Amino acid sequence: MTTAPSPMFDTDELVINMGPQHPSTHGVLRLVLKLDGEKVKDVDVVMGYVHRGIEKLSENRDWTQIILLTDRMDYVAAATNNLGYCETVEKLMEIEVPRRARYIRTILAELQRIASHCLWLGTHAMDIGAMTVFLYAFRERELILDLFEEYCGARLTYNSMRVGGLPLDIPTGWDEKVRAFCDVMEAKVPEYEELLTNNRIWLERTRGIGVISAEDAIGLGLCGPPLRGSAVYRDVRKDEPYAAYDEFDFEVPLGTRGDTYDRYLIRLEEFRQSIRIIRQALDGLPEGPVMGKVPRLLKPKAGETYHAIESPKGELGYFIVSDGRATNPYRFRVRPPSFCNLQGLRPLVIGHLVADVVALIGTIDVVLGEVDR
Amino acid sequence: MADEPKSDDAATDKPPSADTPAGASAADGVKPVPATGGQETGKPAAAPAKPKPKPKPKAPPEAPKGPSDPLPPDDLEQPAFLVSLRQALPAAIEQVSYWVGDWTVIVPPTALIDVLNFLKDAEEASFDYCADITASDWPPREKRFDVIYCLYSTRRRHRVRVKVRAGENEPVPSVTGIWPAANWLERELWDMFGVNLTGHPDLRRILMPEGWQGHPQRKDYPLEGPGELLLESPMEWLRLRNLSDETEIE
Repeated sequence: MTTAPSPMFDTDELVINMGPQHPSTHGVLRLVLKLDGEKVKDVDVVMGYVHRGIEKLSENRDWTQIILLTDRMDYVAAATNNLGYCETVEKLMEIEVPRRARYIRTILAELQRIASHCLWLGTHAMDIGAMTVFLYAFRERELILDLFEEYCGARLTYNSMRVGGLPLDIPTGWDEKVRAFCDVMEAKVPEYEELLTNNRIWLERTRGIGVISAEDAIGLGLCGPPLRGSAVYRDVRKDEPYAAYDEFDFEVPLGTRGDTYDRYLIRLEEFRQSIRIIRQALDGLPEGPVMGKVPRLLKPKAGETYHAIESPKGELGYFIVSDGRATNPYRFRVRPPSFCNLQGLRPLVIGHLVADVVALIGTIDVVLGEVDR
Repeated sequence: MADEPKSDDAATDKPPSADTPAGASAADGVKPVPATGGQETGKPAAAPAKPKPKPKPKAPPEAPKGPSDPLPPDDLEQPAFLVSLRQALPAAIEQVSYWVGDWTVIVPPTALIDVLNFLKDAEEASFDYCADITASDWPPREKRFDVIYCLYSTRRRHRVRVKVRAGENEPVPSVTGIWPAANWLERELWDMFGVNLTGHPDLRRILMPEGWQGHPQRKDYPLEGPGELLLESPMEWLRLRNLSDETEIE
């Protein structure tokens, strides 16, 4: 039995536009929220504001020129983007990469993971209201950017890998600086935890928010920490080892409840595991060249392949088709982890309060440069 | 000049469609041309009495016929799920292909849903994770699109690709009923290629703006747009475009 709504208390659903210029949408994401009071009834995710047609562009550039286009996709984790692309072309051309190059690549990728997680932690915590963590996390991210600057001269878009290896060997003393950074970082992770893990406000804002079951997460194609948060053991580094990951010892943290808090714990644990991997790689860093035998003009035989790596956001895959005649790929496709994770936003958000929407955008860790490409 | 490094490229193609004018005249064996470019741009293009063969418009190299889809080597053992797929749905498999460690099954669009359902549900396959859906475009081919489904199994930890060849308007069934992940991936597929997907619950553009014309990832879609001039003065834009077409032909 419903009564006619009085003019004082209107019960129509309210449509609110959030973004694309909103500080909590981490870029230019636009959400059209349908609200019933404070509850979200439905959400339409609108994207494409930074669509630059990187796939189309890449089909008209030669194989080396594409590396710097991959920098511009997930621009807070450029090194892993380079790594995924270079490995795909190496797989297509069956190029052997020297062991030293694979080790350095692993170090760069793991430093990148820490940097990306720092940025995620800072912004995610700030969205929920913890300002201090943002400053702490960016302080440590700065150290990594300095390391990258020393290695390749750039702080954000590194262009740091080549098909067949690396353009540069590490500078003298760089490995010692990385080691020193690992010590600093190891001491800082407990600081973050002190601020958040048992913080009552943090617990209230993240526990039981955005719960997703393992089957739903797999069905929705989630990847990376959102998938592991739902207790699915899936990490490309373990399942399909690339670079030098098969030679290192590390664990894949898993969640139990699949909520925002679990995803937070997983990323914090990944800090520690990344440090562990970097240390092992530094200890065992072999001597030798950093560039394999690569023809001067890259021209893979006709064929196609898909290769995935574990970027900080999840499974970053490249699908590349070569027609065997041109010096550019016939088809270049990126499987963007942010895009696939963002698809999980709608089921996560429905039924929650408007205030939780920012927490849920934060927890899936999207970078719009990668969503739109 | 005749045996410049490019000549092996020209030898595989038909000689008349060789891409450089120098290569074309060398193949005809008329005479070595010392100053080809300067003479011909000066003359009007429509001079029929000229004995020398008219330089062909600079045709782009012939478009590739399609992907290579190499057959697997005979001594390679096929994975168990392919063997059982062949037993369960023998008519559905057009071809099995193998390249640098990746298996691809090529199926007709009509059998797609059956094959994917089998691959998802069969115990030895259990492909529960749809990693990616994409396409490649091979325009001269009658069935111009290759729609590609990259599947992964979180339990068995193996991969396979399923490929469907589809014509411009040929219906390809949506797989959102099998993996919800396909929703956005298929929206992007339609946005970028215009593959005729049927049964999709929410087929809208996803990356391009709502009112966009055309599908950018098709091979016949130009890389560069018209720019702002088209909006400001369309006639001027058209004149410039015709002009550039003419210079390109000469």
